[in-house]
Amino acid sequence: MQYLLLIYSNEAETAALSPKDRESMMAEYTEFTKSIIQGGQFKAGDRLKPVSAASTVRIRNGKVLTTDGPFAETREQLGGYYLVEAKNVDEAIAIAARIPGARYGSIEVRPVWPPQT
Amino acid sequence: MAIEEIFRREAGRVLATLIRLLGDFDLAEDARQEAFGAALEQWPTAGVPANPCAWLIQTGRNKAIDRIRREKVFRSKMLGELAGAESQGEVAADADDDSFGDDRLRLIFTCCHPALSGEAHIALTLREVCGLSTQAVARAFLVSEETMAQRLVRAKKKIRDAGIPYETPEPPLFNERMHGVLAVVYGVFTEGYAATAGSRLVDAELCTEAIRLGRLLDELQPANQAALGLLALMLLHDARRPARVSDAGDLVLLEDQDRSRWDQSKIDEGLALVDRALAIRGQVSSYAVQAAIAALHVRARKKEDTDWPQIVGLYEVLLRLQATPVIELNHAVAVSMVDGGARALDLVDSLAARGQVSEYHLLHAARGRFLQQLGRLREARDAYLAAMSLATLEPERKFIAGRIAQIDQSLAVR
Repeated sequence: MQYLLLIYSNEAETAALSPKDRESMMAEYTEFTKSIIQGGQFKAGDRLKPVSAASTVRIRNGKVLTTDGPFAETREQLGGYYLVEAKNVDEAIAIAARIPGARYGSIEVRPVWPPQT
Repeated sequence: MAIEEIFRREAGRVLATLIRLLGDFDLAEDARQEAFGAALEQWPTAGVPANPCAWLIQTGRNKAIDRIRREKVFRSKMLGELAGAESQGEVAADADDDSFGDDRLRLIFTCCHPALSGEAHIALTLREVCGLSTQAVARAFLVSEETMAQRLVRAKKKIRDAGIPYETPEPPLFNERMHGVLAVVYGVFTEGYAATAGSRLVDAELCTEAIRLGRLLDELQPANQAALGLLALMLLHDARRPARVSDAGDLVLLEDQDRSRWDQSKIDEGLALVDRALAIRGQVSSYAVQAAIAALHVRARKKEDTDWPQIVGLYEVLLRLQATPVIELNHAVAVSMVDGGARALDLVDSLAARGQVSEYHLLHAARGRFLQQLGRLREARDAYLAAMSLATLEPERKFIAGRIAQIDQSLAVR
């Protein structure tokens, strides 16, 4: 089964990291990504630009409404994701726990519907 | 043995193994039902088979495969697995007690998986592992049968959708998950022992089920200190159950209980388990320490014989393991028996000053007790009134009201 691991963290805190801390965090991510590629679990994964760069689109009364950023005022924002192949939720949780961001933010583990045939 | 008796004894094992073979809770429950139906038809004339459990599993599995083929509602994966190795080998051949035990342990770990909610843990465990009816589980939770049925459906859907494995976890995950399983079992027990709302104080059925689960875990996972400690703790608490509520349905405090009404066979079993638990080396489990405290209480034939200094010491060990407000409160009560009300009052006041528990009725009741002990009756009365405004269980409210009446009498005499 495929699981989407959604990485939530506080953008302001991440932005305030010293260059040295940022560098070591990036190095940890690179290493983690390499390990799940080698383990055969990696399907996709990306880092997202901050919420300030986001647009939200809705269609109301047939009109496209575009607004700045998501509205939700949450403490943590979606900052990146991995799509992984795991045999069950325990394996997915174990992978999620190795994501560097799990130590300061949180990782949502979402099972993906298999494609309809 | 009567057929009904066999069903009752084997229901849990049959279901657990069918879930493993069929990979689906609902399919397994239906299959078990059909197997029981077939047994009721065939056993009275053909005789009870030598291994009824294996017969029921084999029959249930075959019925399920027939149904999947008939209804063609199967997922291709499920049929693929069933048509594979499993369908060739006779279930009866590998149906020894060990494999049934493993299946039941798997089922417990699945029902108590951390990806499920706490409510779901207890409901699923009672329904699937203990085999309680949906109606009985609903009664335990004080919700309608319909609400409980929906909750169970949602929980089973989550098991399927999230890919919660039907497996006993490997170390190092095992200990962490075992901790969660024990917490669920203890949750079932405390729900029965101190129902959180309403007029009933004790739900004996839940206590009995929790103890059965405790025995099962001890059997499936021997020499686990936490599991042994929990079983001992539950038995020692449950031994006092007959004395805990008066004939009029009122709460009776430990110190006022008629000790001759305690269940001596449960006490003997519990005490032996405490000794076994404490003999196991390694990280001490809080359940074993709590059981050791309960053991000191039941060892005292008269309340004056209670070894309070040792109880205080054990509470201090417990506080180092897990400093929860409830344990701090119980520690303070023990301290009041050794050093008097003044030190105990300091302890609960410091607990209250840290916030968190000002809404907890037992904190105010304990303050009332210590103040009463110190002869500060008006303050004690205020504390009991605060406890009264927060208590929801009718027997507890009656008990507090009794204390207030007692103080009012003393004040009137003065």
